[in-house]
This record gives sequence, structure tokens and C-alpha cells, in this order.
Amino acid sequence: MGVITDTSWMIGGPQGSGVDSSATLFARSMAVAGYWVYGKREYHSNIKGAHSYFHLRVKTTPVRSHIDPIHLLSTFEDSTAEIHAHEILAGGALIYDPSVTKPETLEMDASVKLFPIEFEAIIRDLAEELGKPAAKLAIVKNTIAVAASLALYGVGLDVLEEALKGLFRGKKAGLVAVNLAAGKKAYQVIQSVEGWDTFAYRLAPQTNKPEPNSRLLMNGAAACGIGKLKAGCRFQTYYSITPAVDECIWLEQQTEYGIVVYQAEDEISSINMANGAAYTGARTSTATSGPGFCLKAEGIGWAGMNEVPTVITNYQRGGPSTGLPTRNEQGDLLFALNIGHGDFPRIVVASGDMEECFEDGFNAFNFAERYQTPTILLIDKALANSTQTIPKFPEKHLRIDRGQIVGAPESFNPEDPATGLPKFNRFKVTESGISPRSLPGTPGRIHFLTGDEHTEYGVITEKPEIRIAMMDKRDRKLATAAREIPQDLQFKLYGPEQADITIVGWGSTKGIIIDALDELKNQGVTANYLHIRLMSPFPAEKVAEILTNAKKTMIIESNFSNQLAKVIKMETGITIPHHVAKYTGRPISQCEAVSAVQEVLTKNSRKVMLSCGH
Amino acid sequence: MVTKQQVLPTLDTKVKPFQLKSEKPIDWCPGCGDFGIVNAIQQAVSELGLVPWKVNFFTGIGCSGKSSQYLQAYGVHTLHGRVLPYALGSKIVNPDNVVLAAGGDGDGYGIGGGHFLHAGRRNVDITYIVFNNEVYGLTKGQASPTLEVGMQPKSLALPHISQSINPLALAIAAGYTFVARSYSFDAKHLKQTIMAAIEHRGISLVDVHQPCPTYNDLHPKEYYSEKVMENGTEMPRVYYLDDTDYNGVVTDSTDAEAVNAKKIEAIERAYKREERIALGVYWKIDMPTYEDRLQSVIPALQGTSPITIPFHDEDMIPTTDLSYAYSEFEV
Repeated sequence: MGVITDTSWMIGGPQGSGVDSSATLFARSMAVAGYWVYGKREYHSNIKGAHSYFHLRVKTTPVRSHIDPIHLLSTFEDSTAEIHAHEILAGGALIYDPSVTKPETLEMDASVKLFPIEFEAIIRDLAEELGKPAAKLAIVKNTIAVAASLALYGVGLDVLEEALKGLFRGKKAGLVAVNLAAGKKAYQVIQSVEGWDTFAYRLAPQTNKPEPNSRLLMNGAAACGIGKLKAGCRFQTYYSITPAVDECIWLEQQTEYGIVVYQAEDEISSINMANGAAYTGARTSTATSGPGFCLKAEGIGWAGMNEVPTVITNYQRGGPSTGLPTRNEQGDLLFALNIGHGDFPRIVVASGDMEECFEDGFNAFNFAERYQTPTILLIDKALANSTQTIPKFPEKHLRIDRGQIVGAPESFNPEDPATGLPKFNRFKVTESGISPRSLPGTPGRIHFLTGDEHTEYGVITEKPEIRIAMMDKRDRKLATAAREIPQDLQFKLYGPEQADITIVGWGSTKGIIIDALDELKNQGVTANYLHIRLMSPFPAEKVAEILTNAKKTMIIESNFSNQLAKVIKMETGITIPHHVAKYTGRPISQCEAVSAVQEVLTKNSRKVMLSCGH
Repeated sequence: MVTKQQVLPTLDTKVKPFQLKSEKPIDWCPGCGDFGIVNAIQQAVSELGLVPWKVNFFTGIGCSGKSSQYLQAYGVHTLHGRVLPYALGSKIVNPDNVVLAAGGDGDGYGIGGGHFLHAGRRNVDITYIVFNNEVYGLTKGQASPTLEVGMQPKSLALPHISQSINPLALAIAAGYTFVARSYSFDAKHLKQTIMAAIEHRGISLVDVHQPCPTYNDLHPKEYYSEKVMENGTEMPRVYYLDDTDYNGVVTDSTDAEAVNAKKIEAIERAYKREERIALGVYWKIDMPTYEDRLQSVIPALQGTSPITIPFHDEDMIPTTDLSYAYSEFEV
């Protein structure tokens, strides 16, 4: 009987049939059992009917990527087996409903073990026992599919019970019993199949079990939302768009914190409302995705010109145009760096994992307020929608930085309103480029904002000398930011300092590449990973130093034209000779990353295209 | 939900209108209707005794958009058509400020048309003043959405072949809770209308007719001051709703049927076909504001506002306790 420490499980089905709930229950159960989980969600732009699936990887040690082959495919309808059966590894298993799936018709390795489950019969029995109509219990199919999988992996029923209790709380607590009863029946069915306990990919028991409730099972959208809450975000605007809407809806549920989440009439309104609120002094953000981000260009330029601290989270999805609305892509980097006409400073940060989503969601407001300029967060769809077990975010080191905000001057006398009227040079030309700001409502600090070029007071001007002074002043803020932002928030080199090959990347591929470094090591390749997080101001000098000292360099990106490679060329003059690109909308797997590195090393390929995943 | 009383931030000693003029010299054409509107805003702020630094004046783009540079208050010259989003965002996070918004007819009813419509649905407590001269002046006189079909001011190459919109009827239908019309050179009426709009708790629209002496030769100042024949009698072009039997004020906003009937009457009044121009309040209803409704769904906002809820201590350590947010994710 074999045991493994790293497994890949999949469940699929038509959208709206409960695939997500099944995956959540499975992930939660594995987390309760003490394992580490990484789950990738793939779905169509469709409400009901189109094929969707959840790919979950479970390990005894922390995991941050998926692998392509499947050890166990769990299905409760016909389409998933037809599409994915060929991905099951030799010796793997298929859980299926014999009334809809005929294994002999599937393209599948002959050694795959078959576990038929009569879903309808179980539900009928259950309905009889509970005295409830069978139609009302149809949804427990999901629990049956999950429980059957847990049984095969050798995970106990007690774990399922605990996970159900975690999932169904409060008003939903009544659902635990019926789901558990369904789960028990699934265990019995699996255990009645001959040779069930010799399944080659049973999971090794978790010996190094983390403390219960010491970890989080969450996705990147929520991680960023939590960071924003910690930062004191009080106003978030949005217009409904996939996948940005997930963060917005989650934030709207957090009524405890007094955050107002405003669904605006359009993307243009949502950026400009955010500008209005950020100027007024509330920590404010807006969230969007590609098409909406395009519509926000003018508003972002206004914030740059008026030095207003608006935070914009752009959840990247497949472009151009509507593109691949529910799929992953790192295609907005060049756009984020250039969004808006004319020249103005902007801070652009790309988060690489859940921890960075949280930290960047928090820091974005500090950057925006300290440097008084729009701050753009780039989060890949793959990160936003992926579920992962992570330790709770460290919070002790966090500090709020509101930048320079001034109150009423000493000369203000509440008895004499005239003393509240004098003008204030809000856009004072300073060495750092940063000018003290006053919030509307503050006496003695009246000033104007305008998207036109303006004087220190904010009065429209077209005088060449003021134009030069103001453009220079605003631009200086970027140099100040580059000096002040801690280096570990700008970039990081993972793995050994000296390596056969240095892989460059950004965003959601971070976890995949870091996981790939271990596998490459097993294969005798020493590689390290340069993760770039701060895109503007770009850490050009340090990146150049690392690349110049590297033996061989390559870049992995989930976009068509290797946009980061272009940015590096533009900022440092260095050409990265080996490009790996994926633009199918499906995230890169650990296996793909490993084989791409091998291909570059063995064949010296200039361009490697990846395309795994349905 | 009970409708609340308007409470404005006021001074014991009012500032004079001249103190509310900024240092920026005005660069509108001589005879422009904009002068009258900015003067009326300064006078209204003065007469209401508003705290000038608590007045936040947002404007759009175009000639009228420059108004925010001429009032000695916190002034924000926004983007073309986007004045309402700025004003709404600002007011929602800090309801203690008095938020005024202004822009042209092209800015508000044209490029900003979507925001104009949806702002009505929200009923955020702001005052929106539209400078309505039927043309896009700053780009040399193209037709605005209020220019009637068949009209051809001298700036147009061809007669106008699109229909005009009726901003008052549109505003009433969209949910504005105060809708009035005034005229830029009727200083007294304009000032009083703006004051009433500011005092109204909810979103107010003041559509102000004004001449564009440079591009709209069809409706110059003389057009507004001339007499017109009505039922065989010579009457002034501009007159007041207050001098008629019409009353657009809803007295009981809880009586849905009566409110509906009144709304239809107000829209009918806004569509009345006549040579004359009726100034005054077409529609006014007291309703809960967006801010009130927010407090009813977000208890944490009761008695406070987004901008005042603390999130850090004196040492800038964040004070937000995440345990509630974490609870659904803990494993």
C-alpha cells in the first residue's frame, strides 16, 4: 500500500451545480486534518451549465501551486470524467456515477481504479431515513463526492464532521447532520469496493499538525480586502466586473468596520467618486478588472495631477477587450505603468501571493497618502480566485502612515471667521516633491484643486516656468518613494544566491516558481527566483545588478508579449534572452514551470509557450 | 425611516460676499450669464452664514467649470462630466461639509448624463447647479443637449436635428428631491433658489437659464427680458411659479399614491408648452438621504461617519481588530 505526501484532486461539473461548495468542503476537511492546501478554480463566463472545475493540491508541507496530473478525480455527473479522465495518473482513481458515466468509453489509463457511487440511491435511502423528499437533498451529492474522496485518501469521518461544522455555522448549523449522514454512506460505499484500501495514493498522515484555527483558508481577493480593512479603508467604490467583484462583495459584508462599499453606475463614476472621497480625507479605494481599468484612465490622471491618494486594485484577467473574462492573465502591466495621458507619478505594486495581497492591500494606502499619488495594485485572477492554507498574517509590524496632513494654522481665531479664509499653498514646491495637504473643512487652509496645470495655491495657470516647477515637483515624489520604500517590498531573490539559472517573474507565478525551485533541485538544477513586486518606481539599479551577476537568465510570465521583460529592458537596458509565456488564461502549473526551465537549459530555447489545462 | 432636519454648519458672524471672492481674476466673456450665478452662490453662502471652509465646491469642465476657482472655499475643478461622482464621494465620507456642485448643460446632461440620472436614485445631500445656455461655449458653441431641434445659433453650421432633453422632468423622474429653475440675471430669485436648495436635505437640482453672449445669439439677455403675447396680453417672458396656483412641494412623503400623483403633475408642469419661462420650485419632497440609509444598514456608522471612525492610535499602530473578518477563514 503506497502513501504519498503530495496529491492532486479534482472535482468538476456544470456551473451552478455546487462544484465550489464541494471544493470548499474538501479543502476545509484537508485543512482540519492538518494538511496544507492550494486550490485553483476554473470557470466560464456563464451562470449555469458550462463546465467548471476546482483543482486542489494537498501536501503535508506548505504548498503554493498546482500540478497538472490528477491522483483522484471525483465526479457526480458525466462531463467532468469525459473532459478530465485522461489526466488521471496511472494507479489513480475515478469516483463516478455509473448511471451517467461509462468508464469503458473514457480515454483513460487502464490502471485507474474505478469507484462507482450510486448517488441517487444514497439520496433515496437518506430521504427515506430522514422522512424528507429526495429532491430537497439533491445538493448532498457534493458532500458524497467529497466524503468518498476523503475515504480513499484515508482521512477519517471525524475530520469531515469538523469541517462541516466549520462550514455550516449559525443559522445553517442544521445542515451538518444531514451532510454528515450522507458522508457516512459514501464512506460505506467506498469501503465496500474491493481493494479500496490499497489505493496507491493514500495520503501519509499529517504528523506535523498545525494548531487548530492557527491558519487561514482563503483566496487572494479576501486577503487583499483584509489588508484594506486593517489599513482603515472606509470607502470602496466599484462597478460589477469579474473578478474584481469578489473583493467588493466580501468587503461589503464587513459591516462591523463601518466601511462603505458603493456600487457606482459605471467604472468612470467609481474612480471619480473614489477621487472625491480620497481628497476629502477618507482612506479610499476602487477595484476593477481590465475593461473597467481602461475606463478609469482619465480619473487616475486627475488623481496624479491633483496629488490625491486614491488606491486602485486591478484584478487582471485575460484581455484585450472582454477577452477571457474569467481566466487568468498578467496582461495589464504595461498599461498600469502608462495608464492616463501625459506624465504623472504613480505607484504600481504587483502582489505575488496571499501574504503579499494582504500586505500590499495595507501598504497601498500608506504609499498613496505618503506620496500623495494614485497607487495601483495588480492582482492576477489566479491569485484572486485561488484558495490556500496560510498562517495568519503577521500584523505587529504594521504602521499607519497618513503622510503630511496639516490642521488649522495658529493664526486661526474661531471668533474671527476672516482668519479662516486665507489661502493655503497646497501644492508647495518642495525638495521631496511632497507638499503638506489639508482636508476640506480645515480653517485657514483653503485651496483649489484642478486638473489644469496650477500654481502652488491650485489656481489654473499656463505659465511655462510654473509648468516646469510643478511637473518636476510631482515627478520628484517617485524618487522619494524609490528611496524610502523598504527593499523587501520592492523585490526579493529566492533560492541560492549563485545558481545555474536565474528565473525572473512577478505576480501569481511567484508560488509556482518557488515550488518549482525545489523540484528542479531534485532534478539536479540549481535555480533561483527574482520576484519583482514594485513596478513603479522600478528598482532598476538592484535588478540590473542581480541580472548582470546571474549566470543565465530567463523570465516566466502569464501573458503574450512578456511585458515584464520589456519593462526590465526599458528600465535597465538588459535583455533577458529566454522567454516563457502562457496566455491560454489557465495558470501555469509547477510541472510546466519545471519543464520550461529544463527546456531553456537543455535546448537553449528563446521562447517557450505553455498551454496545459482545460 | 424618519426624515431628519437639515443642520448646516454656520457662523455667528456671517462672512460678507466680497470675502468669498477668490484672488483669481474671472476670465469669462463680458455679458456672460456665469457672472450672475457665481455672484448668487457667493451671496447664498454668505446669507446662510455657512462656514466657508466647510463649503466644498465641485465643478465640471467648461466655462462654468472655472467657478470653483472664484469662490473662497475648498474648490475642486474635476473632469468633464464627472462633477457629481466627485461631489457624492466627498459628501458620503464626510457629511459635515456642505457640498455644492456646478457645471454646464453639456457637462451635466451630455457627457455626464449617466451620473446625472443615477445621482437622483441616491439622494445624497448635495446641491447641483447647472449653467444652462444650450451650447458648449468653451469649444466655440456646439449644440448642448438642451438645444431644441431645428434651432441654429450662429455657431452651428447646420440647423440642430437632435431633440432636446427636459432636465427638470428627467430629474424628477430620476429621484431628485428638489428640482428648481432659475435665471442667471434674476439675482434675487437665483440667490433665494440656491439658498433653498442648500437648505433642502437631499439632492437638489437648480437648472439656471443663462445667455451665452458669444455663441448663442438666439437667446441673449434681451430674449429673457422681452415681453411675449399670452392670451392676447403682453406678458414678461420670465415669471414665477410662486405667482401661479402651482405648488410642487410634497407635504406627506409617506403617502405613496399622493406622491406619485404629485410627481406626474410636476413632470407635466415641466413639459408645459409656452413662450414664457417659469422660474421656481417644480418639485420638492423630504425623503431619507443616502447617508441615512447607509446608517440603517451599517450600524457601525450610526452617529459617526466614514471619515471619523478611528483606525490607528497615537503611535500610528493600526487599531482595527481583524478577528471578525478572520472568523470565516480560520482552520
